[in-house]
Amino acid sequence: MAEKKVKKEKTPRVKMPEQAPDVRNRNFEEVPLGLTPEMAQMEAARCLQCKKPACVEGCPVSVNIPGFIRKIVDGDFAGATATLWEKNALPAVCGRVCPQEIQCEGRCIVGKKGEPVAIGYLERFAADYARKSGNVALPAVAEKTGKKVAVVGSGPSGLTVAGDLILKGHDVTIFEAFHKTGGVLVYGIPEFRLPKDIVGSEVATLEQLGVKIETNNVVGTTVTVDELLEEGYDAVYVGVGAGLPRFMNLPGENLIGVFSANEYLTRTNLMKAYLFPKYDTPVAKGKNVVILGAGNVAMDSARTAMRLGAESVKVVYRRSREEMPARAEELHHAEEEGIEFVLLTNPVQFFGDESGRLTGMECLKMELGEPDASGRRRPLPIEGSEYKMDCDLVVVSVGAKANPLLTNATPEIGLNQWGNIIADPATGKTTKKGVWAGGDIVTGMATVILAMGAGREAADSIHNYLTLGW
Amino acid sequence: MFKIVQREEMAQGTIVLNEIEAPRIAAKAKPGQFVILQANETGERIPLTMADVDTEKGTITIIYMIVGKSTSLFGSMAVGQEYYAVIGPLGKATHLEKKGKVVCVGGGTGIAVLHPITRGLKEVGNEVITILGSRNKDLLIMEEKMAKVSDTLHICTDDGSQGHHGFVTDVLKDVLEKEDIGLVVAIGPVPMMKFVSMITKEKNVETLVSLNPIMVDGTGMCGGCRVSVGGETKFACVDGPEFDGHNVDYDELSKRLQAYQTEEKISMDACQCK
Ligand SMILES: Cc1cc2nc3c(=O)[nH]c(=O)nc-3n(C[C@H](O)[C@H](O)[C@H](O)COP(=O)(O)OP(=O)(O)OC[C@H]3O[C@@H](n4cnc5c(N)ncnc54)[C@H](O)[C@@H]3O)c2cc1C
Ligand SMILES: Cc1cc2nc3c(=O)[nH]c(=O)nc-3n(C[C@H](O)[C@H](O)[C@H](O)COP(=O)(O)OP(=O)(O)OC[C@H]3O[C@@H](n4cnc5c(N)ncnc54)[C@H](O)[C@@H]3O)c2cc1C
Ligand code: SF4
Ligand code: SF4
Ligand code: FES
Repeated sequence: MAEKKVKKEKTPRVKMPEQAPDVRNRNFEEVPLGLTPEMAQMEAARCLQCKKPACVEGCPVSVNIPGFIRKIVDGDFAGATATLWEKNALPAVCGRVCPQEIQCEGRCIVGKKGEPVAIGYLERFAADYARKSGNVALPAVAEKTGKKVAVVGSGPSGLTVAGDLILKGHDVTIFEAFHKTGGVLVYGIPEFRLPKDIVGSEVATLEQLGVKIETNNVVGTTVTVDELLEEGYDAVYVGVGAGLPRFMNLPGENLIGVFSANEYLTRTNLMKAYLFPKYDTPVAKGKNVVILGAGNVAMDSARTAMRLGAESVKVVYRRSREEMPARAEELHHAEEEGIEFVLLTNPVQFFGDESGRLTGMECLKMELGEPDASGRRRPLPIEGSEYKMDCDLVVVSVGAKANPLLTNATPEIGLNQWGNIIADPATGKTTKKGVWAGGDIVTGMATVILAMGAGREAADSIHNYLTLGW
Repeated sequence: MFKIVQREEMAQGTIVLNEIEAPRIAAKAKPGQFVILQANETGERIPLTMADVDTEKGTITIIYMIVGKSTSLFGSMAVGQEYYAVIGPLGKATHLEKKGKVVCVGGGTGIAVLHPITRGLKEVGNEVITILGSRNKDLLIMEEKMAKVSDTLHICTDDGSQGHHGFVTDVLKDVLEKEDIGLVVAIGPVPMMKFVSMITKEKNVETLVSLNPIMVDGTGMCGGCRVSVGGETKFACVDGPEFDGHNVDYDELSKRLQAYQTEEKISMDACQCK
């Protein structure tokens, strides 16, 4: 027994096979290639099967982590996926995009002395295995209740609600503004990080279970929430995300060549501009690209610019390395791919030529002062440190706000001072009877798994309402 | 869904009309609002104003000038074929109000956009003076339809082949001299809207223009359609497309419309739809 334990500690954390940095930074194929069954089983054996697993506390939806890992050890990969599905409808997605280092893996006991168990990789492995093997048994659908639910928005949060409620026997229709479903998973997160086939197959499963989908329907204008209720929907879930770009309001921001990350990524991912002219939508290709911000959105923009052929890509961020909010893996991948980080630097204004095209940017150096409200040290400008940086493409990736299109049309849905919908954190109930909300439209831009968690709680609450009352 | 039920060519085939099945949109559309269309899965999202709607039939009508790849592709579609996506109604509706005497100025396919607005202004009791412009007689569209919803109709052609020989702005100046005008609505090429606004600003006459920046989603989520109005950045798809003509930065708009010139040429050259 003791011998076995020693052996366990010695097995190093599995290394994910990846495309080489100098190859992948010019293509849009997925970067991590996935674990082989042998690698997955080796890695799974590193888990100590804790009685009180700390990792589970770190997971916002309390996935039974030791449970699914045990099944991988036993070679029961389909069983592992079934265990994941109990708490998480999109494991193939979460395994790829969760910030594991501050969630499940951040708490893993093995990580105290060495490297934590690669929970994300294992989650991805099991889900991919199940999808590729094709013999996934569809979960049983309860007897029809005759109740109708409208889900607005097909991001991770809406998809979760739709999946949960169809299984409980309700009639579910998803209303999506775009021509494709998936929300940020299709229009924001690039192919090289999350292949669109994965999202597509999740949606196809929902359709097989009976979920109806109405794309090209902008709720708030094509139809309003009130009209949906009048049309006979018994409940409405609003999961429309944080779809309003933030700009910095700097001089020159309307020059050609300055984009919001939303526009840049939507053109590239949703409209497939990286395949132009096979696809009709173009996207600007910069030589010297600057990305403003340092979250996941910024890293996706930077790595996209590199793949579109940039000579140099700089991430300009006003704080220091420690404060960069992106997932650790994204920062690591970005750096490997040749993206430069220009830290403690803030843009002041943009310069252009007579045809209105961007030519450069003025920056100011910053230093860190006392901690601010967020607990992070506040960046302060260093006087007289202005300097010019040449660039022909800037992607502003400094966050997103709540899009008011839906809520303007339904004033009974209460909003907070930032325009986010006020929803009961435990149930997702809004101030309007029969209407729930969750995900980024409530919290501001957060994470896929939090949006899904909110969806699950709302689905439970909607089910209670439909069977018991408000 | 989104089936073409009627198709017409105008102005020697340079402008095409499509009537499309879109019941949800038809039920809600108001004058001044637009839709975004995609011909097929690989297509671009293209904004076009609804020139008409038929709530009973559940159809909308668009009228577009063939200028590049996507409009060529649209133009190549026959009755019975379907658009892959039509989204709307988008943008704010025109605020139709009784002002007394109003002038509606239209150029190119701007005339199609102007038609429902003109009709609306007439219906709420305004006396409508309409001024239409085009390069020559053969390129002029919707003359009869516009005549029906106007009290007075002036035509201007650049080459003098019909009506006044010269620009719409000449006639507009004249009208503003003689009449007491409460509102001018100008829809057409950017330079036309710019010059109309310059003239009406001098005379201090309220002026509405409809802007056509490059768009992607049309719902306020990308910011690609931003325009400067009165020194503030606005998103034309949700804050507009109509704005106070006196405050628009037309030069910025003109430049931003050139953003993808190179790509548009590549796209057109690769297109089988010419
Ligand atoms: C580029 C990028 C990278 C990211 N990377 C990560 C990551 O690595 N890890 C992570 O955990 N999180 C990441 N996030 C954040 C994460 O994607 C979001 O928190 C999550 O997608 C929110 O889910 P949601 O369901 O609330 O909304 P969304 O995913 O935003 O989906 C909302 C959907 O609603 C639709 N919609 C909007 N308005 C309407 C309307 N009026 N009518 C009908 N439909 C409407 C939208 O078109 C969209 O499809 C990233 C975000 C971005 C933008
Ligand atoms: C709100 C709005 C309403 C409009 N209504 C009408 C209308 O009723 N009838 C009509 O003929 N035209 C209208 N337009 C203009 C029409 O959208 C463009 O002519 C069309 O997009 C050209 O596409 P293309 O691929 O054929 O040409 P391209 O070769 O791609 O472009 C030709 C020019 O059109 C503009 N353009 C290109 N892509 C877009 C885009 N995605 N969005 C907007 N402009 C673009 C650019 O300035 C470009 O230089 C409207 C535009 C807007 C924004
Ligand atoms: S859902 Fe995310 S946080 Fe939870 S176990 Fe999976 S990867 Fe970790
Ligand atoms: S904390 Fe780590 S070792 Fe313990 S059960 Fe979770 S993954 Fe396994
Ligand atoms: S078109 Fe994207 S915000 Fe207006």
